Amino acid sequence: MTEHAQAIDWSVHPPYLLPAYKSTIKRAPDRDRLVPLPTSLSELTGPVFGRDRIRPLDDDLTRSAVVNGDPLGERIIVVGKVVDDTGRPVPNTLVEIWQANAAGRYVHKNDRHAAPLDPNFIGAGRALTDANGEYRFTSIRPGAYPWGNHDNAWRPPHIHFSVCGGNFVSRLVTQMYFPGDPLLLLDPIYNGIPDEKGRERLIAKYAHDITEPFHALGYRFDIVLCGGRLTPFETREV
Amino acid sequence: MPGQTPSQTVGPFFDFGLINPGEENLLRGEPAGDRITIRGVVFDGDGAPVPDAMIETWQADANGIYNHPADPRRAEADPHFTGFARAATDPAGEYRIRTIRPGAVPGQAPHINVRVFARGMLIHAYTRVYFEDEAANAGDPVLNLKAVSDRRDTLISARDNTGGETAYRFDIRLQGDGETVFFNP
Repeated sequence: MTEHAQAIDWSVHPPYLLPAYKSTIKRAPDRDRLVPLPTSLSELTGPVFGRDRIRPLDDDLTRSAVVNGDPLGERIIVVGKVVDDTGRPVPNTLVEIWQANAAGRYVHKNDRHAAPLDPNFIGAGRALTDANGEYRFTSIRPGAYPWGNHDNAWRPPHIHFSVCGGNFVSRLVTQMYFPGDPLLLLDPIYNGIPDEKGRERLIAKYAHDITEPFHALGYRFDIVLCGGRLTPFETREV
Repeated sequence: MPGQTPSQTVGPFFDFGLINPGEENLLRGEPAGDRITIRGVVFDGDGAPVPDAMIETWQADANGIYNHPADPRRAEADPHFTGFARAATDPAGEYRIRTIRPGAVPGQAPHINVRVFARGMLIHAYTRVYFEDEAANAGDPVLNLKAVSDRRDTLISARDNTGGETAYRFDIRLQGDGETVFFNP
């Protein structure tokens, strides 16, 4: 065990308890009781995923669930680079995404929103970052989604991202939002992020260099993981 | 230094994106070691089960080796064991992981590293599963942290063989009296 080096920068992450997001009230651990954890091999290591985890169409959500035609909605391409908080690229790490369809409906038995399902769209994808830490997905721009948190509450369109990173502490689950969305200012989950620059980092940038003529609009969403200072070794598939 | 990307909740609908069949079972073939089940209920601050939580676990193999480049003994890691599991809680708030009992990582008592995610958690929480029938607990540096002392028992799973399998029960209390020790790594 070595001396404790704080991995999570709490000035940019939302707190556990955020009363404006009602579900946190009974599910929030007490942040003041968190116990600093000395760094050991248990934190320096983490799962390593191989290419065998990825099937050919896993990174193209517009094609992976086709039954009788193309999914409805605006096609998008989302690219980004995963780095740690020392700026090092994170290669060969698992990136998983899930989202609502263009109408704002999730393929989930508990989603009761009266918007249509799309028979040609599931909305789940996965990819490994390449040697430079870069990933790429093709998908459909998700619709806004109503929820019961407060009167007339709507989640801004978002894509859920899950990134494993190079060690056990680098794990990140987050949501990517779209630029210029008026719903962002009204969303307690987004606004629970205490730091303005942190909030900006969750908004993808329109990327005309990624946009493909007559096919899809491009967005860039770069991701910075915590725990980089804990990782003395490059995590690579061996 | 680039600023960290903020965490956001997994929300209520993560299953179809994150839960893959078989990922609650770490056995790949015939790994060395004693096969065990870890199971428990996730409770909220009212003591109500949390039916939409996700648990991720990471552990060493039976010889205490992590299958990761940072472990100097990785070349000897058990090829039939991944070390990583994911499980969603069921409608009763219970999760279940099929694994082998981890060996001791040098300097520490055997343990399983755990992350907890749920709707209503804007960032996940870290804890560890230790084993009640493990003599090495007495010398474990984390169990002996002063900040852990009054809640040490929340980190220790209880052997529970009902159902004919070797199982350890590890409930997770997110809040309130008996709140599980969560770490700030």
